[in-house]
Amino acid sequence: MSERATKIPPAETEAQSDDHPTDGTQTDPPSEAESDAEAPAETTPEPVTNGAQSVVRALENAGVEYAFGVQGGAIMPVYDALYDSDIYHVTMAHEQGASHAADAYGIVSGEPGVCLATSGPGATNLVTGIADADMDSDPMLALTGQVPTEFVGNDAFQETDTTGVTTPVTKDNTFSSDPDLVGSDVSEAFALAREGRPGPTLVDLPKDVTKAETDCEPDAPKTPDTYEVQTHAESAIVEAAADRLESANRPVMLLGGGVIKGEASEVCREFATEHEIPVVTTMPGIGAFPEDHELSMEMAGMHGTGYANMAITHCDTMLAIGTRFDDRLTGGIDTFAPDAEIIHVDIDPAEVSKNIHADYPLIGDAATVVEQLADAVQASPQAKKWRAQCQQWKSDYSMAYDAPEDEPVQPEFVVEALDEATDDDTIVTTGVGQHQMWACQYWTYTEPRTWVSSHGLGTMGYGLPAAIGARLAADDDQTVVCIDGDGSFLMTMQGLSVAVRENLDITVAVLNNEYIGMVRQWQDAFFEGRHSASNYNWMPEFDKLAEAFGAAGFRIDDYDEVADTIEEAIAYDGPSVIDVHIDPQANVYPMVPAGGDNGQFALTEDQL
Amino acid sequence: MKRGLDGPTPEERPTPAGRRNKQGIRIDPEVEAKREPRRTVISALVEHEPGVLSDVSGLFSRRQFNIESLTVGPTEDEDENRARITVVVEEPDPGIDQIKKQLRKLVPVIAVRELEPDAMRRELALIKVNAERPDQVAAVADMYGAKTVDSSPESATFEVTGARQKIDAAIETFTQFGIREISRTGLTALARGTDDTAAASSTVSTADEANQQPNAQPQTDD
Ligand SMILES: Cc1ncc(C[n+]2csc(CCOP(=O)(O)OP(=O)(O)O)c2C)c(N)n1
Repeated sequence: MSERATKIPPAETEAQSDDHPTDGTQTDPPSEAESDAEAPAETTPEPVTNGAQSVVRALENAGVEYAFGVQGGAIMPVYDALYDSDIYHVTMAHEQGASHAADAYGIVSGEPGVCLATSGPGATNLVTGIADADMDSDPMLALTGQVPTEFVGNDAFQETDTTGVTTPVTKDNTFSSDPDLVGSDVSEAFALAREGRPGPTLVDLPKDVTKAETDCEPDAPKTPDTYEVQTHAESAIVEAAADRLESANRPVMLLGGGVIKGEASEVCREFATEHEIPVVTTMPGIGAFPEDHELSMEMAGMHGTGYANMAITHCDTMLAIGTRFDDRLTGGIDTFAPDAEIIHVDIDPAEVSKNIHADYPLIGDAATVVEQLADAVQASPQAKKWRAQCQQWKSDYSMAYDAPEDEPVQPEFVVEALDEATDDDTIVTTGVGQHQMWACQYWTYTEPRTWVSSHGLGTMGYGLPAAIGARLAADDDQTVVCIDGDGSFLMTMQGLSVAVRENLDITVAVLNNEYIGMVRQWQDAFFEGRHSASNYNWMPEFDKLAEAFGAAGFRIDDYDEVADTIEEAIAYDGPSVIDVHIDPQANVYPMVPAGGDNGQFALTEDQL
Repeated sequence: MKRGLDGPTPEERPTPAGRRNKQGIRIDPEVEAKREPRRTVISALVEHEPGVLSDVSGLFSRRQFNIESLTVGPTEDEDENRARITVVVEEPDPGIDQIKKQLRKLVPVIAVRELEPDAMRRELALIKVNAERPDQVAAVADMYGAKTVDSSPESATFEVTGARQKIDAAIETFTQFGIREISRTGLTALARGTDDTAAASSTVSTADEANQQPNAQPQTDD
């Protein structure tokens, strides 16, 4: 096993700060060792004197350690207040990166990630990451500068109606208009991002409001009274669902991202193993159940395993937890688990019976409701035959691939090699495309919060900034690997400059096929191979580009280079990029065509 | 080289017998009846703060729920910072259930309720007609209990309140004189008797409750 560095070399921080103006008098980033050791004596902080200080105080009260952002006119008062704060600000190269980094920080740590941007273009650059967090219910707080209140509505310089733009993609947003309340608005937004079904919240901060004098200390993070979360499911429905489970012959548990967010992985594992119920996950649910467990059928859906799709298609009872039944999972609604009674556990009532009718709606916190169910279930389902059938499917539709020595490197091989070279708790981030699917299929995930990807929005360019956020949220001895596509990497690779400046130990493996491969695959399957705008044979040499940024660059062309290069890149203390030249024609299978029948997944192109 | 994975082909696999309809409900395709849209009134109690109306209308448009009418105004409250929004929608049943649940998710929304068919519903219309035959115009106005709010040698403007059907009928009858302009408020409503329309303590019904709700078309009140 290779040695891994801590997030940031503590000794160098001071020397570095001289040539990095934004680092100015920044304090060292909090390190694990420090916070674990004797806590510094509580000192009473200086009273706040303006709105911006109140904003920063709200973040400090909420326990925020890191914030990701880019400076600008309208947000300057907030940055001025950050100058005196222990919060470590990571200056990003692009605001989109700031929002993805904050999103990934939220996924890995469970606490809202914070991102900042100035008004207008700064705020609009955050939008993709905010929308991404919204689709995946990731806790995130975005703070945006705004032109002074008196200019709002006048098309002033760098004005955008940020609350208007972000309303459809935030859990809640606020235009903060009162210096006495601005801090409390931020506290409330932080609490809202985290509680119930998590999601992104935004506070828009007009410059006059943050500059204005106030001595109002923000309230502690607390959701507004109108925000209600039901934690316990109705016991009558729990009883009925338990009866149903007991009498099931072909039960399946479907674990979604809500299981991980609701810290329910442990209870779900216990429940599944005690009652011997095969477990399928959605893509955001990856890591909720160990994929090396006998009961694991792994991921279902468009590029899920054949056995997972057989299991969800043929089950008679589905215990679905924390999933919103996205169409990439369900395929055509008419053929989704068509023989199954559905028990649906979700904290958000609006998710229950939205896409798939729930026969047993269990609204509440995932961990609490699964415990309720565990108490109510008296006998395990009689499902021996079904379990045998599931094992049979696992061997019938095994994820084995060919990797002949004389052919270009197959991507599956690279993903497996990366998995082998790293520990179980390694965090994987990805872009979007074929490489993301191979990273789902050929990496064996065993722990929650180790899979960080853009599910609902499918945002190319997510991988590298997400790795930055994940790195800072992860334990020092955890490895962070970004499995990226060439197209995806190119979209946000300016983030490498940030990783280099902060000396973040991240390994990026770019599965370079000189195509935006997933599009090429669909063009081959559904557009008669007409490769309209999908051939990217003008790709730069990523290893050299990495070196230009100050990162370590590696390149793989052949099988015999795979293991050694990966080992070297992982061992490198700091950001490294491996430009992996893979078979440009490699495709992702199995595949359920959009809106298709999960049970009819194609194993080859001819079956599409 | 081989492109793809091994295993039985789709034709060789067993297929389940069941099916679901568009709403994700398991059905017997033989007896499945189509769920017809129904018109209903949803009342929401909200924090009376800037942006709530756009949150609500934006929610309806981006989720593709069809709004027939939407009214909003301040309501009873000790701090006078609450408003009542009344929305008339036409959707099949699971859609109505979704509307209620999605509305309730908005943070400034305090309570949401679908009103019973017997709820009190009122709309107001201002109807400006040509006044060449003042006697006949007055007679029609009388018939619908319309109040004269303005008159000039060329025109007369009436205020009609009541159920939608009554207003439709009044407009229809006024047409004979030549209508110059109409402005309607959209519907507002309250539950009957001591029943709370949408109070802070009420919650959103779950899908199953909604599915058991009377499927009948709302009565025309008055
Ligand atoms: C921002 C963005 N733009 C476009 C798309 C559409 N899209 C989905 S997958 C894909 C191809 C991704 O290519 P690459 O990152 O090279 O990964 P590969 O599929 O080759 O592994 C594209 C263009 C997207 N998901 N996100």
